[in-house]
Amino acid sequence: MQVDEPVRLPRLSRVAVCGGTHGNELSGVYLVREMLKPENRKEDGGPASLLMLLSNPRAVQQCTRYVDTDLNRCFTHATLNGPASEGAPYEIFRARELNNLLGPKGSRAAVDLICDLHNTTANMGLCFIAYSDCDWVCLHIFRHLQKQMPDTPMRFIHFDVSTKESYSLDSIGKHGFAMEIGPQPHGCVKSNIYTAMREGVQHMRDWVSCFNSGCVFEGGPVDVFTMVKNVDYPRDGETRNITAAIHPRLQDRDFCLLRPGEPLFQTFSGETVKYQGDEALYAFFINECAYYEKGIALSLARKRRVTVPSIHVQTDEEE
Amino acid sequence: NNNNTARFDAARRVAIFGGTHGNEMSGVTLVNLWMQNSAEIQRKGLEIKPFITNPKAVEKCVRYVDTDLNRAFTQENLSATGGDELPYEVQRAQEINRMFGPKGSAEAYDVIFDLHNTTSNMGCTLILESSKDAFNLQMMNYIKKAFAPASCLVLLNEHPLLKYSTSRSVAKHPVGMEVGPQPQGVLRSNIFEAMRVILKHALDFISLFNEGMEFPPCTVEVFRVLERMDYPRDANGNIIAMVHPNLQDCDWEPLNPGDPMFQTFDGKTIHYQGSSTVYPTFINEAAYYEKQQAFVTTRRETLAASAISKTTK
Repeated sequence: MQVDEPVRLPRLSRVAVCGGTHGNELSGVYLVREMLKPENRKEDGGPASLLMLLSNPRAVQQCTRYVDTDLNRCFTHATLNGPASEGAPYEIFRARELNNLLGPKGSRAAVDLICDLHNTTANMGLCFIAYSDCDWVCLHIFRHLQKQMPDTPMRFIHFDVSTKESYSLDSIGKHGFAMEIGPQPHGCVKSNIYTAMREGVQHMRDWVSCFNSGCVFEGGPVDVFTMVKNVDYPRDGETRNITAAIHPRLQDRDFCLLRPGEPLFQTFSGETVKYQGDEALYAFFINECAYYEKGIALSLARKRRVTVPSIHVQTDEEE
Repeated sequence: NNNNTARFDAARRVAIFGGTHGNEMSGVTLVNLWMQNSAEIQRKGLEIKPFITNPKAVEKCVRYVDTDLNRAFTQENLSATGGDELPYEVQRAQEINRMFGPKGSAEAYDVIFDLHNTTSNMGCTLILESSKDAFNLQMMNYIKKAFAPASCLVLLNEHPLLKYSTSRSVAKHPVGMEVGPQPQGVLRSNIFEAMRVILKHALDFISLFNEGMEFPPCTVEVFRVLERMDYPRDANGNIIAMVHPNLQDCDWEPLNPGDPMFQTFDGKTIHYQGSSTVYPTFINEAAYYEKQQAFVTTRRETLAASAISKTTK
């Protein structure tokens, strides 16, 4: 039987775990604070340094998503390298600081891996959100967590956005992903959600150690959900206020297959608004609080099976 | 027995408050809906005014701008001078007191329903401020029976230290309506519809009362607020533990001495050390982290309400 050679990838020497990118997504805030405690800063045992930080300390302090503008949209090349100005929103200033610390984005000096911690009010379980569906490092970490945490519903979401247009904190690292866990109200920490995040981060660290010390990770299939489009709420023409809520038959059913003609919204006068698309798609980010202002009631994705190859760290001779 | 029937004037002026906390979306949405089209809430012989109490907070989708409006109706605030210099919510409290009060006077509105949501798994909860208000007790009895088999519980907050000066307190008969769980800033269809239904029953009660129906003596099971429990904190005041997974979402269920109560961030259990069984509620309400409250404890009580009917002229 022919066994393919594992793909060789560079060592992951510098890893960053970021919490509080949105200041009211509290699992990541409390986890980073816990990890920063002196008694918890233990050696991994591998040639990797771990950076832990609160991305948006002012928003964390105020327990709000952001102070001036959403930090997790500030990491495009254009915003990071734009003209410096006195009156710039706090988050733009902070994004540039983070780019200096963890990047610069796109350069050889950037950290090898960023794991950015998030919560959602949507019933999504544990999700990885990444810009690539062929970053084998992220996909292998995901497979590892699936195996180690079989009781936790877990999905891999792919936003097909080019490197030029990528806007979130995790795009600064050579590899990066957001670890998004819900449902949790903003401003609240739920113990089961926090525990899932803590375990997920620990398994990620274990995987990195293992990878760096030369383990071969066998390939295999991963179901990837690729974002296709967002759907907004029905709104009043004048006031722009929403005129319907997510239909009770769709609420909390993230990653169900939404077929044409199925219920989408329920208006305040009790009528059902149906999904009018041509294609059955998978719904997610159903009723995320922070997305009302972005005009998103839910997002829709296609699912496909990606075959992840075996991987192995590049040895010194190969570098 | 006519001697024991409590007489109240017909309740002619009723208000429905939404947006007392600007990010509690069921009330905001219902009141906005009814301000546009009030057909659903109209009842004969009854003036019903839907009203957004904290429009700036609603606009920004935050709980409050300067200070919590639902704690602002103290006598000190209501009589404060300073006009525009006063915190926004204190100015609002004074305005609301002028429109719907004055608090404690004969001119005050008869009933105010104040619509709230909570991140806690409280289901439908009616909040009562006085165990001696027979009109409110009879109303709550009526709502509970009309809503059955679905559950609608009554929380009584008469605790001298823990009770607070609510928006609705300007009325003769203040009624809090709290429905959860719902994250702040989110509108959930099932939560919205439940609030709509209990309000409908409440208005039906007032209508029947005004038409002369006599309500016989009744008993109402309530949960009386005992104590506020804070999160465990370190020497610097930082929270060091979360509501334990065994307690999370278990509002209204018995918490016995020795039961798990909190879980530290590194996984250790902290147990309830009280001397008797209590019934916790407002478990893990997001807005209460800053008020040093992880949950409140209550005890179950049965209150008796006398028969009530409308005064006759």
